[in-house]
Amino acid sequence: MILSRLARSGGRSGPLLLAIGLVAALALPWMIYPPVALDIACWALFAAAVDLLLGFTGLLSFGHAAFWGGSAYCTGLIALHSGLPFPVAIVGGAAFAALLAVPIGYLSVRLTGIYFAMVTLAFAQMVYFIANQWRDVTGGENGLQGIPRELFGVDLSEPFYFYYAGLPFVLAGLFAAWRIVRSPFGRVLVSIRDNPARTRALGYPVDRYKLLAFVLSAGLSGLAGGLFAIGHGFASLEGVYWTTSGQAVMMVILGGIGTLWGGTIGAALVVQLQDYLATAGFQETGIVTGLIFIVIVLLFRRGIWGTARHLLDVRGRAASSGDTAPEPKEAVDTPA
Amino acid sequence: MLQQAFNGLVGGAFYALLALGLAVIFGMLGVVNLSHGAFYMLGAFGAFIALDSFGLNFWLSLVLVPPLLGLAGVVLERLFVRRLTPLDPLYNFLFTFGLALILQDLVKRQYGVNSQQYPRPSQLDGTVDLGLFTYPAYQVFVLGVSALTCLAVWLVLTRSRVGMIVRAATERPELTRALGIDVGRWVTPVFGFGIALAAFAGVLAAPMRAVNPLMGSDLIITVFAVVVIGGLGSVFGSVAAGFAVGLVSALGNLYIPSLSQTLVFILMAAVLLWRPAGLFGREEAFR
Repeated sequence: MILSRLARSGGRSGPLLLAIGLVAALALPWMIYPPVALDIACWALFAAAVDLLLGFTGLLSFGHAAFWGGSAYCTGLIALHSGLPFPVAIVGGAAFAALLAVPIGYLSVRLTGIYFAMVTLAFAQMVYFIANQWRDVTGGENGLQGIPRELFGVDLSEPFYFYYAGLPFVLAGLFAAWRIVRSPFGRVLVSIRDNPARTRALGYPVDRYKLLAFVLSAGLSGLAGGLFAIGHGFASLEGVYWTTSGQAVMMVILGGIGTLWGGTIGAALVVQLQDYLATAGFQETGIVTGLIFIVIVLLFRRGIWGTARHLLDVRGRAASSGDTAPEPKEAVDTPA
Repeated sequence: MLQQAFNGLVGGAFYALLALGLAVIFGMLGVVNLSHGAFYMLGAFGAFIALDSFGLNFWLSLVLVPPLLGLAGVVLERLFVRRLTPLDPLYNFLFTFGLALILQDLVKRQYGVNSQQYPRPSQLDGTVDLGLFTYPAYQVFVLGVSALTCLAVWLVLTRSRVGMIVRAATERPELTRALGIDVGRWVTPVFGFGIALAAFAGVLAAPMRAVNPLMGSDLIITVFAVVVIGGLGSVFGSVAAGFAVGLVSALGNLYIPSLSQTLVFILMAAVLLWRPAGLFGREEAFR
């Protein structure tokens, strides 16, 4: 359903939107402070990876910090100790995240809904505790510092240039997410989200599909986390902390669950807001992010992209009726 | 060794109290309350503020703070949680996550990240001779009080009319409603009660643990693992797993100190492999 609609609207406005998005991505470091631009790009990819699970498989992972932060450590270690160029380190970090996702996913996909969220959260906390205790490798509270940022002898420490060195990774990751969603595999995921029992009855090994989606999503999160680590020159405990998972989920909901690109908008807004608060000297960002969380959950569950699409839909339905709006997570039960 | 086991049981008492509150709220409302740890933290800070600003001693805090925070929970349920319970449970999970962030950072803004000191009540300052070893009296008190609280809640749930309604509503809400019982009436008090339990654990923790804004957030995720081990939606399982996990991690700490924090999650993984519904959970509860 959601896919047919995507395809339909994609035929009309897709190339235009894609062009706008690309221009915006290329122009970003001219418009805002370049390190913030890189943060936005990394978080956008992270949000898309989370949405791959939440919006298209119906699984809310509250533990993706393990993959983002785990890859940040792995990327940092490769870059620090091997002297390999940073793209290799990032790919290594992403591979590590995907590998880490195999056991965690294997155990977690046995549960659904809220239990899945709890269990992924718990496993991510385990990764956090390990990172905290394994000081020799991760640096404990200090984190990994001084991660080099160079490519074949070219010094990329200038954030403006590094943004363009990192952007291809984000674009490749977003493209991969988009391909996954539109592939036959992605269609099975959507059917698992909408009706797992029927999908199983049709002969699809549901748990295996979920596991593969989980691993792919973790790999993309790792790509984003690794790039983030190289971009900042450090990997810290904050990356594996549960608030990081929550922030990614918030970006997805703010942008719109199941929209894939919505997360980019959510990432842009949240990162800029936090940058603004930080420069204003406001330390307790949790008050603001928590409030945003509460407001969108209570009043704005479709998110920005989702609302825009819904409005377009309502207008479009006057011409061609039928095809209800996709609200996979709404109105399930009668009030208690 | 025995002393370490006793330490574990005291730690497990906090897991059990928090897991119990989570379990009754989850059972009645289907809400996984991520802000549970924040209310535990607020309980400890409530005791601290009561002493610092109003000069109320520990015993008064223990009696006054939990009902007050329970009342806050009632308001919270009426104003917000209620609007989200008919939707996917994930929305309440996210709502309480946002709430936890706000509460935590509000306290941080006021009191900073450094730990506050809270004195032990003078009556429980000494040690108790337990035959095999002597032990701080306060810890013995904590263990006794939490065990009694869990037992009392268990008795209320199994032996009283209210408990029967709550259990029926937990297991078969539609059927209970069809039998003419107003399930909705019990939702708000149960939510407030769960919050009050978290606050109670927080007041108990104030004299023996570091009182700081982050004390709840790390604990609550461990308690999630405890709830998963005990059985999703099982009140008895949550309490039993709380004490058991405390015991096992204390003993684990004795033999393999490097695993002290991760052991509970390894246990959770093992339980998920063996019985995805948890030790005391029913199969249908999770799928």
